Parts: sequence; structure tokens; C-alpha cells
Amino acid sequence: MSVRRLAEASVQPASFAFNKANAASAKKWIAKYPKGREQSAIIPLLMLAQEQEGWVTKTAIESICEMLGMPYIRGLEVATFYTQYQLKPVGTRAHIQVCGTTPCMLRGSEELMDVCRSKIHHDQFHTNEAGTLSWEEVECLGACVNAPMVMIFKDTYEDLTPERLAEIIDDFEAGKGHSVPVGPQNGRYFSAPVGGFTALADEKTILKATRDKATKAAARTTKEAPAVVAEPVKAAAVPPSNAAKPKTDAIETSPAVKTPSKVKAAPAAEKAASVKAPKAKAEARQVPAKAETVAAPKKAPVKKEATPAKPSLEHKDRPKGISKPAAVDDLKLISGVGPKIEATLHELGIFTYAQVASWKKAERDWVDGYLAFHGRIEREDWVKQAKALAKGGVEEYIRVFGKKPV
Amino acid sequence: MLQDKDRIFTNIYGRFDQSLQGAMARGQWDGTKAIIDKGRDWIINEMKASGLRGRGGAGFPTGLKWSFMPKQSDGRPSYLVVNADESEPGTCKDRDILRHDPHTLVEGCLLAGFAMGAVAAYIYVRGEFIREREALQRAIDEAYEAKLIGKNNKNGYDFEIYVHHGAGAYICGEETALLESLEGKKGQPRLKPPFPANVGLYGCPTTVNNVESIAVAPTILRRGAAWFSSIGRPNNVGTKLFMLVGHVNTPCTVEEAMGITFRELVEKHGGGIRGGWDNLLAVIPGGASCPVVKAEDIIDCPMDFDGLREKKSSFGTAAVIVMDKSTDIVKAIARLAYFFKHESCGQCTPCREGTGWMWRVMERLVRGEAQKREIDMLLDVTKQIEGHTICALGDAAAWPIQGLIRNFRPEIERRIDEFTRNAHRAEPVLVAAE
Repeated sequence: MSVRRLAEASVQPASFAFNKANAASAKKWIAKYPKGREQSAIIPLLMLAQEQEGWVTKTAIESICEMLGMPYIRGLEVATFYTQYQLKPVGTRAHIQVCGTTPCMLRGSEELMDVCRSKIHHDQFHTNEAGTLSWEEVECLGACVNAPMVMIFKDTYEDLTPERLAEIIDDFEAGKGHSVPVGPQNGRYFSAPVGGFTALADEKTILKATRDKATKAAARTTKEAPAVVAEPVKAAAVPPSNAAKPKTDAIETSPAVKTPSKVKAAPAAEKAASVKAPKAKAEARQVPAKAETVAAPKKAPVKKEATPAKPSLEHKDRPKGISKPAAVDDLKLISGVGPKIEATLHELGIFTYAQVASWKKAERDWVDGYLAFHGRIEREDWVKQAKALAKGGVEEYIRVFGKKPV
Repeated sequence: MLQDKDRIFTNIYGRFDQSLQGAMARGQWDGTKAIIDKGRDWIINEMKASGLRGRGGAGFPTGLKWSFMPKQSDGRPSYLVVNADESEPGTCKDRDILRHDPHTLVEGCLLAGFAMGAVAAYIYVRGEFIREREALQRAIDEAYEAKLIGKNNKNGYDFEIYVHHGAGAYICGEETALLESLEGKKGQPRLKPPFPANVGLYGCPTTVNNVESIAVAPTILRRGAAWFSSIGRPNNVGTKLFMLVGHVNTPCTVEEAMGITFRELVEKHGGGIRGGWDNLLAVIPGGASCPVVKAEDIIDCPMDFDGLREKKSSFGTAAVIVMDKSTDIVKAIARLAYFFKHESCGQCTPCREGTGWMWRVMERLVRGEAQKREIDMLLDVTKQIEGHTICALGDAAAWPIQGLIRNFRPEIERRIDEFTRNAHRAEPVLVAAE
């Protein structure tokens, strides 16, 4: 934040009063806000005072506070918070505000400030010897496509070169400020590209009359065709709420490392911890909660089976087994299958990759349940792995997954 | 490329008649009453269906935002507040709407106000936009005179529009800070919840929308949600005002379809990169608070919310700040760090102290006068500011620096090496006096 203080008492005038025109417009401003909310008008009123006096004096702040029925401190807060208020006297003929923020800096605002330094005063907020000119570096003035630019009182002078700014300063110093053309100084048309219009070159195309003609013509051609009943438009999907935030997979933008911590969160460990809870357990958790709400018998709650019963071997979804072939595939190459699981699979009559690859959804679920694997077959996509291995062994697996099977 | 007939802002350069009559000839204020007669729910559903996402930077769906307003008043009036406090470095789209095409906004205020049951709209224009404010006020006066708004108007919904202005504080672009400022206080953001839709301006339900979001609404409602959502990519639909700023041959503001690639945008409207495409160094794609993106990443990137999120940056306000290889990238970001230091409101300690701290370190990094471990320390401090403040200014100050370190760490290290190598020759630098 910027620290701003009122000017020294020696330069503060003794009294302040709006002139007639400004008093009338002050009244207009106050009328815009609901009754009892007159305080809202303080920013416009202080601005009026600045236009009248050239800068915001202490007496102006105080008398405006009285007008609006608010404590002085609230007015002083506002006057020192907003940087557009000049709290010290500035140049009487021109106070040049040079935008110095990056977009203007990229196009040469630093040279503009050098011009101000040499022509006005080495430091900003200081008037030249005659007290007629002063300058300051301000933050973005919102004319970035016309950079670099300066603002003098109410008008902006855009697309400047140092030479042109020097001329403008001379004109203001000579009291001919009103004769300087405002806006872009290099002949371009406001914010349009300098070489010519790339859009909206011809008003005819955008006139309502033209558009009406086009729709009429279109209506005539479609008259014969039966009217299409407009379907109600469905609401568009709601995008995620962190929409404007940068994507969070860069290490430094991960929310996990937001809080400074000595132990850096390992993404892999986190991923493992955030795996979905298995379905069966979730059910087991819900059931006791329900029992509590329905009735509250003092009896010990009936213990629920922690794991669901093993699916029966007779079930229709059990994948068909074969008798042990001569060449048995090494099922352990499928990520997720170890020696123990491999033995179980052999018991089920599963010996080849082709068998695993041909499992249907129901069969996969059955095997998953049989092995009590909590959906790991789906997660690790055994079918895709087995397909690759069946097709071309380890080489194909590396081609598909980009790594060796484990 | 977007056709002229599909542009919403038909007078963005101010070449054509800016009066109400001229605006009507270009199709504004056409059938406004018919739209209002279709009812609140129809308007909100149509806005939702159009997929319009807020144009102020965060990209929140506009129709959804409107639907948060209470359907039945509990005795308090509702307000619409239009955020025309456009101060994000690089952004100057609202300025052109206000000064050249203000009737889009005035009509939008009436329709949006009707859709959310508001009694009045306050348009908060930034203090520096003095001529823009005058142009807007002229348009509003014309609309009052033609009985398009105000009491007993032709459109059948009593609605007032007031213009308010600020006095040079970036933070007042944050919606709750804007409300504070509108109430005549320092612009320090409020804690949320309660959200403005419940307790906003003067404690009444309020919706704060960006100028562009409101100004595109009438055209969307006239031409239909299906038309608007047919432009661009899913989830990133419609047209958008792009600003080409910095080292392009012809900087300009232009309305284009969302999802246009960076290359096409610059070739069509920016006249190419200064010194050719090989001379492109980096781009800040959405105004000062977005992380910088390297040239090779951005050239063929679609310019919309999702496209830039994939590049670990954000779309922001579509203010595309282009930097060629003559740019001192560290200095450019250091200048942004100064901006945020200057504009911090001073309410939360991490931001008030942190923005100044980061700026001072950045200034040393520009000269290379630092230790390499300080780069990591700086990154760590940005993490301690980001997300630990009431409003998003802390985040906005942290992201450009994070983007710089992510993409240009070798450049920072090179400077440190160079400075260290020359340290024994340190002598006072002689600057030529004029």
C-alpha cells in the first residue's frame, strides 16, 4: 500500500467552500443515493473539491464531512486511501500523470518519465520553479492498447513519443493546453489498429436494416418447409468454481504446498490417500447410523460383516476356466498380480493373457469380488494390460504404457 | 474469424453515430419490451443456456450469478452494481464500451436489473475515466429522455440507473471492496460469506457484474442462447473483447470469437509480432495477475478459459500483453510486483507486508544482486501470501512471480552469476549528466 499524508499546515488554506456550480452538482450527487446513505457521495464530492482547488485541502475534507454528516476521520481515511486525490499542491497549468505500469513500460514509458525529469523536476510530486508544472508516475490508467500515455487533468494523450510529450509539455507551459488534440498522437483511430480497420470497417453490415433484410430473405426460403418447433435449450454445464485459477498440477501451485510446512507433501502419497472408499465399507458405515436414528435400543448393535461374502464359485459371472495349457503365461507381468494372486487365478483355471483380456464387466466384477480387490482390476485396467501382453508381449506393453511391466 | 454481423459491440471504435438514434439503427433497444414480457425466469434460463461466463476475469457463469438473487423481496430493495472499475494493467475493453458503445450497457442494465428484481443500478466507473463517464452519462440521459428507463417507461419495468465513480484504487475492482467504496468508505474487501447476493450494497441483496458481461446480455437475449453458444468451444463460448498490448505491430482492442488461437489473433489484428514470430519471448495472456507463458507454449494455444488453464495460466480479462526478446522479463514482472505493492489495501498482513517484500526481492533479482537460494525463498513466500488473504489481490500478486520463476528461472540464475562474477569490480556507476 502507499503511505499518503496531508500536506503541511503551512500550505493548507484557512477555509473552503464550493462555488455555485459545484455546490449544485454536489447536491445532484447526494440525491443519487438513498436517504441516510449520503456518505456514498464523498468520493465524487472530494473530486469536485480537487477540480475546484487543484488539490484536496484539509478544510475541504472537513467541510465535505460536515455536509454529509460523517465523522472527519472517515473523510480523512477516504482522502488518504484513494491515490487520485492530490494531497499537496500540484502544477497549476499541468499535472502530468505518466502511466508506468508494465504495458506502458514495454512501449517506452520510461523515456517519457525522463522527459518529465528533465523538463519539470527530477522528482515526482515536485513543481518546477514557477510552480506551473508537476508530474507523477501512476499505476495503470486503462489505455493499454494506446501505450505509452499520459493523463493531464481530464484528458489522455496516447501513443506518445518522448519528442511529442516534450511538445505537449511546452504547449501546456505556454498556456495553450486546450489546443493540444486529445487521444492518440500518431494519427490512429482510438483503439483501432494503426494501419487500418480489421473489423467494423463498413457500417452497412451491422445496421439493423441489413440484418432485417437478411432474416426476411431467410424466412421466405424456409416458408415451404414445415416450421421446426424450437426445442427448449438446455442449460450449459456449470464449469468448475476454480475456473480462473491456474491449473493446479504445477508443484508450486498445488494446494497441498500452500501452507508452509517442513514436510513437503508428496503427490504420490497424497493420491494414494485420496483413493475412493470401497463401496462395501461405505455401506457398512451407513447402516449403523441409520439404526441409531430409527430406534435407540440399548442392545449392542448387531455386528455387520466387515467384508461381504466371497462370491460363490457357482456364480454365472465366473469367467470360464480352462485346464492348464502347455504354455502358461506369466500373469505376474500384469501390474497388480503377484505370486499369490497368480496362484488363485490358476485355481480358477485362468492361465493366459487372452483369457484375462476377454473378461467382460460382470466377470471382472466377480473376480474383483473373489479376490476382495476393491475395484483394483478396473483401476489398473487389467484388460488393457492383458491385451497388450497377449498381442506382443513385453515390447507391446512398453509401447502402450511407456514402461516395463513389473 | 468472426464476421461483422456477429459482433456484439458494433461501435467499439466510435466511428459511427454514438447517439441513441445511431445505436437503435444498429439494432440496440430493439424489442426490449418483448424480452421483458417473457419474464424473469425466461431471461435467467436463457442466460444460463447461453453459457456466458463473467467477463471480469473470474469466469463465473453470469446466468447462475443472477439466479442467486432472492425471488421474493423481504422488504429490502435489490441492487445491480456494474463494475466499471477497470484497472487491471493491460485491460482497457470497458473503456471503449463506455465511451463508444454505452447503449449496450444501459440496455443491459435494464434487462439484468429486471431479471434479478433490482430497483436500481449503480455503475461504478473508475475515477480516471472522466470522459468515459461523461459519455455514459449522456447515453443514460438520452435513455431517460426517450422513456426507455426510469419511472413509467416504455418497457414496463421501473428502473433507475446511476453513475458513480472511484478515485484511483485497483482494489475497488474486487466486488466487496467496490461495495465498500460505493458506500463512501475505504475500499477494503469484506469477508465472504455473507455474499453480496444476500448482504451487499447498503445491506441489501446485490449482484456485481462486469461491464462486458452486462453489455452483451441484450444481444444474447435478442439473438438467442443457441446463437451465442455456437461460437467458440464448449464451456468457453461466445465472443470476447481482446486487447493486444505491448510488442505487436498494431496494438488494438477487437472483438473476436473465444478460442481463437494466439497466432491467428495476432496475425489478423495485431499485425504480427514486432520483429517476427521468432522474436517472441513470452506473453501474459489475461492482464497483470495472470502467470506469464513462454512463447512456444502460447503460439498455437486457443485463447479461452480452458485453453490457458492448460498452460498453467489464466484467461483473465483477455488482455494479451506480448513481450518480444528485447524485453527485460524480470524487470517487467518486478514492475508488476511494484504495482501490486502500490495497490494493496493494507487490510491483511500477508498481502500488505508480502507485496512490498516480494517487490524488494524482485528489484534485486533484476540486477542479479541475490543468492540463488533466494529464488526458492521468494517462491515460498508467494505460497504464504496466496490464499491467505481476504480477497484475491494476494493471489494476483503471487501468480506473476510464480509464473516467472516457473518459466524463466535460468534467466534469473544467469543474472545472479553475472553479478557475482563482476562483484569485485563493483564501482559506482557513472550516469551521464545532461
